[in-house]
Amino acid sequence: MAIDALGASIKRREDPRFITGAGNYIDDIKLPSMVHMAILRSPYAHANIRSVDVTAARAMPGVIDVIVGADVPYNPLPMVWPAGGSAGLRNNVNSPRILATDSVKWTGEGVAAVVAETPAQAFDALAAIVVDYEPLPAVVDAEKAVAPGAPQLHENAPNNVVFEWSVGDSAGTEAAIEAAEVVVRQRLVNQRLIPNPMETRGDIGWYNPGTEEYTLWMSSQTPHIQRLLVGIFTMGIPEHKLRCIAPDVGGAFGTKIFCYADYALVLLASKRIGGRPVKWIEGRRENYQSTIHGRDHITYLEIAGKRDGEITGLRVKTLANLGGRLSTIGPGIPTTLYARVLSGCYKIPNVYAEVTGVYTNTTFVDAYRGAGRPEATYVIERAMDLFAREIGMDRAEIRRRNFIAPDAFPYDNPSGLGTASGGAKIYIDSGNYEPALDKALAMVGYDDLDARKVEARLRGKYLGLGLSTYLEVCGVAPSKWIGAVGEGWGAAMWESSNIRVHLTGKVVLTMGTSPQGQGHETTYSQVISHELGVPVDDVIVQHSDTQGTPFGYGSYGSRTSSVGSTAAIKAAGKIREKARRYAAHMLEAAPEDIEIDGANYSVRGSPDKVKTLQEIAFALDLAFDAPVGMEPYLDETAYYDPTNCTWPFGTHIAIVEIDEETGHVDLVRYVAVDDVGNKINPMIVDGQLHGGIAQGVGQALWEGAVYDDQGQLLSGSLLDYALPRAAWLPSFELDETVTPSPVNPIGVKGVGEAGAIASTAAVSNAVVDALGPLGVRHLDMPYTPQTVWRAIQTAKGGQA
Amino acid sequence: MAEHVTLVVNGQRREVDVEPRRLLVEVLREDFDLTGTHVACDTSQCGACTVHMDGQSVKSCTVLAVQADGATVTTIEGLAAGGELHPIQAAFWEKHGLQCGFCTPGMIMSAADLLARVPDPSDQQIRHAIHGNLCRCTGYHNIVAAIREAAVTMHTGSASDSGIVG
Ligand code: FES
Ligand code: FES
Repeated sequence: MAIDALGASIKRREDPRFITGAGNYIDDIKLPSMVHMAILRSPYAHANIRSVDVTAARAMPGVIDVIVGADVPYNPLPMVWPAGGSAGLRNNVNSPRILATDSVKWTGEGVAAVVAETPAQAFDALAAIVVDYEPLPAVVDAEKAVAPGAPQLHENAPNNVVFEWSVGDSAGTEAAIEAAEVVVRQRLVNQRLIPNPMETRGDIGWYNPGTEEYTLWMSSQTPHIQRLLVGIFTMGIPEHKLRCIAPDVGGAFGTKIFCYADYALVLLASKRIGGRPVKWIEGRRENYQSTIHGRDHITYLEIAGKRDGEITGLRVKTLANLGGRLSTIGPGIPTTLYARVLSGCYKIPNVYAEVTGVYTNTTFVDAYRGAGRPEATYVIERAMDLFAREIGMDRAEIRRRNFIAPDAFPYDNPSGLGTASGGAKIYIDSGNYEPALDKALAMVGYDDLDARKVEARLRGKYLGLGLSTYLEVCGVAPSKWIGAVGEGWGAAMWESSNIRVHLTGKVVLTMGTSPQGQGHETTYSQVISHELGVPVDDVIVQHSDTQGTPFGYGSYGSRTSSVGSTAAIKAAGKIREKARRYAAHMLEAAPEDIEIDGANYSVRGSPDKVKTLQEIAFALDLAFDAPVGMEPYLDETAYYDPTNCTWPFGTHIAIVEIDEETGHVDLVRYVAVDDVGNKINPMIVDGQLHGGIAQGVGQALWEGAVYDDQGQLLSGSLLDYALPRAAWLPSFELDETVTPSPVNPIGVKGVGEAGAIASTAAVSNAVVDALGPLGVRHLDMPYTPQTVWRAIQTAKGGQA
Repeated sequence: MAEHVTLVVNGQRREVDVEPRRLLVEVLREDFDLTGTHVACDTSQCGACTVHMDGQSVKSCTVLAVQADGATVTTIEGLAAGGELHPIQAAFWEKHGLQCGFCTPGMIMSAADLLARVPDPSDQQIRHAIHGNLCRCTGYHNIVAAIREAAVTMHTGSASDSGIVG
């Protein structure tokens, strides 16, 4: 008997092509007669454009076409998730142009595009384009942008405000803070990050003049959604005339969810030049300016409670820097995905958050791994530490004291997602937070911490330990809720699956989701192997092509394992039912008398009367002998709309040592106990956690996008932006607790973002803990040696 | 103005006329269709383009094609001998040393260079050896595990290929 593939650490089926160099990423695609596009980007962060002269560029060798803003007959890109919820809330929307026309709002905004025979010729011609700019004063910091006298970016957005949004009980929280025994206040900066998937973006557009159809190959997480956003919303291409294909995608982390101007540009260019395919591949430095950034919050927090550690109120004011124009779902991230989950895994009766979205002369900000939830976790986990320090309580103890109790589920968080439910109830459905905390504390030997701090001091180090007891919401989402009052994307959030069992018994599963390294071809095969009793190798998974896969919303928000898999399980259920009916016909029994065991369909009480799924598929697909009224073929499609999101949680603990002479922070241990429910493939789950942890650690210790006051991106290349490297990180120590999600039949929750959500706060708390004896109570990230050294010197000076 | 360049790539003699400014990685990818070698940066930081040139690992985005004239080059496509995966490739598969796969060819080529020089490296040596190779997906944890495994396999000549890990 073959082992059950579900829950097994099976080696990935996509790997043979990747380890041999046979992957097929966007830049690997060569089409007959294909030409190349390069985009001229603004060197100014804020300027009016007086004129663009492309005469000389047109005459350059190999140049086929040059496109400027005035040539583009389309609307600006769609922005589909305004801040919503409260009645009458205004969003002052300015979204990106395909190419700038009258003004530019950040360095890197596209101004013109050249199409040439080779990439080098296209780049050469960019230098021959003459743009007459009228530079304007710029502002890059959200707090400065809303201050009086700041340069103004958009006429429809006074004081550079995109929206002013709030959630929770203002009066109740005010009263709780007034009445509290202890209130702790802190300003926190959650710095801007550049996501950096190792493959930059890129696309190929092809207009077929014969059929008037378009094809767009794109490094994307969302080909189906892009068919709508690029096609109908932007260019007016009817949905059935545009095919979107995502080939192998070399990492994304959110950046490849969105609708970008280059998609429309390559399609437009291909049409303008008579149907030769046009390829555009983003350079790394270009990626830093033209693909979304993440985070960038300035937050004022107030946490209130009693001396015994009970937290009674949390009030947060956040300025969210959204860049020069709004990316596809930019406003949704710091509102719904941040402010509605601020209280984390704690029972806090009074929560109130105000969020102001702000325009600045910077690259647009949107969802980057975790999207809102890492920022929320950072706020609440720093707040718990600050409060514990203030009342002199142990940091593990204060968390324990305030956890939502295991018998309190389903738990309706007072400022939470449920408050905009519009009929579909979103609540924290399950959890049991203490066991994960206890396990992690035991793993690090929490009780010996003080002795280890003393020992480290003898070596000239400050040792610190940081806790992050995070709660994540993922597996988005019930469409009814998404569609509710102003909170929606203008999209639903179900998933789709089609299964065909072909006549030799081989199974083709087509999915609406779209992987970027998560191993869907393996995990979905495991699910279907389990559901239909066929070997994993007999299942092939197709995805990421709008031609041939059912509509799906794509992969992000850790939704594929819970929402996508459930769609696949539903489709498999339909396959089984049809197979049962046909087996009954073949075995001359009643369908209700057919018992199913794996791939065997037998008559109850007569186990020798049996047909395999393969035999049934063969007979039914040929249908020589099908009963009247039964359609041939085992071919079923299912759509699944989740009834709730899923709620992974866990405890992450970082231990750092800080060199007192240099300020260098060394992450010496990292322990993570995660509860992501049941697992389809534990090896893949661990890999997701490792990668997420490294990204979150990167934010805490090294990463940060830095602009100067004129809006020049100083961290403009991999030379200046510190991506985590192998020698800077330890191996990670992982463990688990398992609380299956009640929302889906296999009890999975999703794990794509958990590591990144938890780890930044853990490392931050560790660094502040290490410096605590010097009197440091907070330090903004990233903890570069310079920042930490300065903090040490300031603290010592202050003490002296 | 084009220069004539002759190379041996993955055991095959190749000749090509190149503009002097073209990079080795461009010739490998565009002229020879060896697209397993990737480009992930424009500042020589990422290592996605790592290949072996005359037995040494090099970043092929940092070598002009004309500089490679007369050289012997091995790319990821040439690592598996006779259809058998190289032990490092097998170990990356076994240990889940890759996710999106974009850094993987360069990572494997760097690992091959390390294990040719240091057959039994410590974790710290592994981490330093791949310092010039960026991976955004794995946090390096399983890459280190894979290289460690490959070192063992290459010593003992036996792979622990059960199909099930852990
Ligand atoms: S492409 Fe990044 S180092 Fe060569
Ligand atoms: S596996 Fe994606 S960058 Fe390394």
